Amino acid sequence: MSFPWAKEYTPASGFTKWIDEKLPLPRFVYNAVGAGYPVPRNLNYMWNFGVLAGFCLVLQIVTGVVLAMHYAANAQVAFGTVEHIMRDVNWGWMLRYMHANGASFFFLVLYLHIFRGFFYSSYKAPREMIWLLGVVIFLLCMATAFMGYVLPWGQMSFWGAKVITGLFSAIPLVGEPIQVWLLGGYAPDNASLNRFFSLHFLLPFVIAGVVILHIWALHIPGSSNPTGVEVKSESDTVPFHPYYTAKDGFGLGVFLIIYCVVVFFLPNMLGHPDNYIEANPLSTPAHIVPEWYFYPFYAILRAFTFDFILEAKLWGVLAMFSSILLWFLLPWLDRSPVRSGHYRPLFRIFFMIFVADMAVLFYCGGAPAEEPYVMISQIATAYYFLHFLVILPIVSSIEKPKPLPYSITEAVLGSDKKAVLGENTQPAT
Amino acid sequence: MIRIIAALAGLVFAGVALLAFFNGAYTALTEEPQHSADHEFHLEAHGPKGGFSFDGPTGKWDIAQLQRGLKVYSEVCSACHSLKFVAFRDLEELGYSEAQVKAFAATKQVPGIDPNTGEATTRPGEPTDYFPSPYPNAVAAAAANNNAIPPDLSLMTKARHHGSDYVYSLLTGFTDPATFEKDGKRLMEEFPDFTTPDGLYFNPYFGNLNLAMSPPLVAEGQVTYDDGTKATVPQMAEDVAAFLTWTAEPKLVERRQTGWGVLVFLLFATVLAYFAKKQIWAGVKPKKKA
Repeated sequence: MSFPWAKEYTPASGFTKWIDEKLPLPRFVYNAVGAGYPVPRNLNYMWNFGVLAGFCLVLQIVTGVVLAMHYAANAQVAFGTVEHIMRDVNWGWMLRYMHANGASFFFLVLYLHIFRGFFYSSYKAPREMIWLLGVVIFLLCMATAFMGYVLPWGQMSFWGAKVITGLFSAIPLVGEPIQVWLLGGYAPDNASLNRFFSLHFLLPFVIAGVVILHIWALHIPGSSNPTGVEVKSESDTVPFHPYYTAKDGFGLGVFLIIYCVVVFFLPNMLGHPDNYIEANPLSTPAHIVPEWYFYPFYAILRAFTFDFILEAKLWGVLAMFSSILLWFLLPWLDRSPVRSGHYRPLFRIFFMIFVADMAVLFYCGGAPAEEPYVMISQIATAYYFLHFLVILPIVSSIEKPKPLPYSITEAVLGSDKKAVLGENTQPAT
Repeated sequence: MIRIIAALAGLVFAGVALLAFFNGAYTALTEEPQHSADHEFHLEAHGPKGGFSFDGPTGKWDIAQLQRGLKVYSEVCSACHSLKFVAFRDLEELGYSEAQVKAFAATKQVPGIDPNTGEATTRPGEPTDYFPSPYPNAVAAAAANNNAIPPDLSLMTKARHHGSDYVYSLLTGFTDPATFEKDGKRLMEEFPDFTTPDGLYFNPYFGNLNLAMSPPLVAEGQVTYDDGTKATVPQMAEDVAAFLTWTAEPKLVERRQTGWGVLVFLLFATVLAYFAKKQIWAGVKPKKKA
């Protein structure tokens, strides 16, 4: 599952030889993220976010497991136990702020990782499976984050749970029973809180499992790169360790600095003040908004305000789910043989419009549900669907890409003396 | 085939979103935009002159101020508002000795159980007890306050946007709606029908302008400060806003101090990582042309 020139693991001491015979775990790590994994030499900093996302997952699991030791998933006391963590548990305030902001930074990193994929068409053959698994990870992260936000049992927790589970009630006939089944009652209560806690604890480990598949699938074709030209010879690659461990180490440092500024100096910046008010089923907050990382999809949900054959609410729910599920189709919607956006002039223009469109949806999702925000989000929603489902397939069929470099080595050094045509164009399996 | 189906689905979603847009645009063009008094005459919260001692990334508590704020809470706010997440033992962080905390706790009556009869009763507080609620339950709180339950104040400054400023502005912001103006526009001229219902009090810093709480700080010297500070209304408001910032986030200063240490370490480590990366990559990077 690697290139023929990948370095082979050679155990140095008697002990590592013994381990290698019984359980070749060091060999596995060496081949996965060590010197045994050859990686294109031209990756830019946009390729840092996969490792950072993995770091965020570990960070969330470690802080989350400790928080769970002090938290009680009971509607009577949940809000109080969070305050107990903040006031009485040693370093509890730090753990909680790291976990709450960790979720935000996890999504920030995921979005950058996904948009890297959009621009460089990382989803194209032979990497479709990596992309499909990535979308599964993103969906699981959304579910986990949503349920985690319910646990403090503040006003936004409660009303967020009510609104999101209420989406299912838009389904004809079976909608109401599904909502009741999901919540374990007619409104969020102890039963909902308990199951959300249970699932919030379970899902990160499911995510970790899918992440292993994601990386496994990645190691078969190897990493893509900014030129989109496949690896042809050894001079196109460098070993992951020490080259990319060093680069990722620096990236991690920059990430941690920004993260720690928020955790230690602005820990409530990304949260909503209403979640410091204990859940009250009798008092509805003026504006119910989800966490910032759901804003674009929340804007799409709320954009459908007109009953056309189906109820507006059902249109909103269908559109919101479709807006993410359509990412599964991307490898087959984008027909261009060229991967990298750098060599696709027409695609690049529409990609920029799409980024701006997402920014508008972000903004509208957090704004109150009043004009002009609703009208703006309706235009932005229309473009979102047109971009992926209509523009992208057409653009990729008609555009004339710029000439590609012969190889990665040529792109980096200006010439590739050792390049051999034909050989190694397909990675060995 | 997959692209045709996808394109159709995309056109349908985009079409319905645009239908909704034209419907919204038609409504916006044909209907008068609605003005509301609370939308146009609401004031943004502002802090006291010179700000709070804990503002900014290096701000610290003013311990004397927190002690004064505790006094304002105890003598004024605690008549209606609970502080249920704060224990008497926490007051040691405000510079009180163990004995002082014990004595302070003993002046408060907390719910207890009669050891002889097992009946519910009250007993003097101990350092491990939490600040008692002025009402036995929510029903009693609602009954005593015209159906508006006074909220718990422990987390108030985190439960509102710019909470410390908000508490200060709200406490000093009660005014007469008849003469209230914002940006040169008078409320009564723009909205002649505006009234403050009986039992509510006009306050432009409150969301819908009419607040169930009567002005709690009304007279200079309402609280007698132990440190001789003149107890003006803005002074009392600032002190209690500072105290409530502490109750909401007692670890605020500790958090920032930890943060500075963490940042210095991370900066150092990241600089090292940068040079390590540079050195490792030096061999494979193309030479810069002279």
